[in-house]
Amino acid sequence: MYTQGLNIEAGDKSIPLEDRDSALMRRFQARVDAEEKVEPNDWMPEGYRKTLIRQISQHAHSEIVGMLPEGNWVTRAPSLRRKMILLAKIQDEGGHGLYLYSAAETLGVSRAELIDQLLSGKAKYSSIFNYPTPTWADVGSIGWLVDGAAIMNQVPLCRCSYGPYARAMIRVCKEESFHQRQGYEIIMTLAQGTPEQKRMAQESLNRWWWPALMMFGPSDAASLHSSQNMAWKIKRVSNDELRQKFVDVTVPQAEYLGLTVPDPELRWNEETGHYDFGEIDWTEFNQVLAGNGPCNRDRMKKRRKAHDDGAWVREAAMAHAEKRQARQAVTAAAAE
Amino acid sequence: MSQRDWPLYEVFIRARNGMSHRHVGSVHAADPAMAVEMARDVYTRRAEGVSLWVVPSSAIIASDPRDKDVLFEPMTDKIYRHPTFYQIPADVKNI
Repeated sequence: MYTQGLNIEAGDKSIPLEDRDSALMRRFQARVDAEEKVEPNDWMPEGYRKTLIRQISQHAHSEIVGMLPEGNWVTRAPSLRRKMILLAKIQDEGGHGLYLYSAAETLGVSRAELIDQLLSGKAKYSSIFNYPTPTWADVGSIGWLVDGAAIMNQVPLCRCSYGPYARAMIRVCKEESFHQRQGYEIIMTLAQGTPEQKRMAQESLNRWWWPALMMFGPSDAASLHSSQNMAWKIKRVSNDELRQKFVDVTVPQAEYLGLTVPDPELRWNEETGHYDFGEIDWTEFNQVLAGNGPCNRDRMKKRRKAHDDGAWVREAAMAHAEKRQARQAVTAAAAE
Repeated sequence: MSQRDWPLYEVFIRARNGMSHRHVGSVHAADPAMAVEMARDVYTRRAEGVSLWVVPSSAIIASDPRDKDVLFEPMTDKIYRHPTFYQIPADVKNI
């Protein structure tokens, strides 16, 4: 997902290796092993703190940037009902970003710092939001596939060792199911509609299927530092396992609508009880992560503009607050 | 570059009449009045509350987790504070 292992890069020395033998480390690991939750002021390894700040904040950035591809359709939703629902979904994404920023801030980083990291391009966000939404069906595909994949990842994160992150995930998961059902309902309406509508739904699935699979991050073999995140119970289930689960669950949903998953190698494996599927194009994945996806530059431009355009609101709010406080002080003094 | 952050407030919500307020997270806001509105927008989109408290985070005084043992240990061996410590015959009613 929004946490597809973007936090560690090869040669990254900024996450320190802890002295594994120290008494503090051993006690910390024992607590994690016992499924105890780590809370904001508890002792924690510096690496644990840093990796969580990066993961949680990038998760938050993903929610905020994720408002853009859907925002694209607010003014053109096919009906008032669909418009209201889309607005509610986008509002939820904003809210999810805020829960996550709050959780990240408990680790000792400021909101201003996190926003700067996003706007300067230093921080990453989920690759999926670098794809465009040229048709209404894409709003459906995002709800069905992108939110569907997010749910796969976020349910185990509800059991993450860091308390504030786990609790934020519980709150997010409660709201996320509406998102997936909203998306599937849109695709269902199209798939059961006119031939043109069904074609639009199929064409959208063709474009979103593989990027959705890429959301789960590199294959386990290629995934750096997964084992440390597993030991610290930040990561609870492997990338490949989550991806397999997603495929197994989603293919029947596509088949129900008479839609074809764009993978010629997809087939049910009776022996394993899972679907076999084709190889992901990791070149595309790496290109999008490196900033060369279809919408990377556009997304960042929009975020920076939104931030700059909003500066007067932030300043006005502070000025208003100060004025109100001064007025109240005068009134209080006069009453004495 | 961003400006400085708005002050941080912790948010507590009473989910239903009869329950106590529970901590749900935090919001940044320019002042207390805005903090209530922000908290409403962020934490109660599905009518999850009948009452909201916002408290400046700086006003919260918390016990130090490192003092956990020292602070709470004296309670652990006072088992006579629990009803199960006392053996009362079963044929004594209503006690």
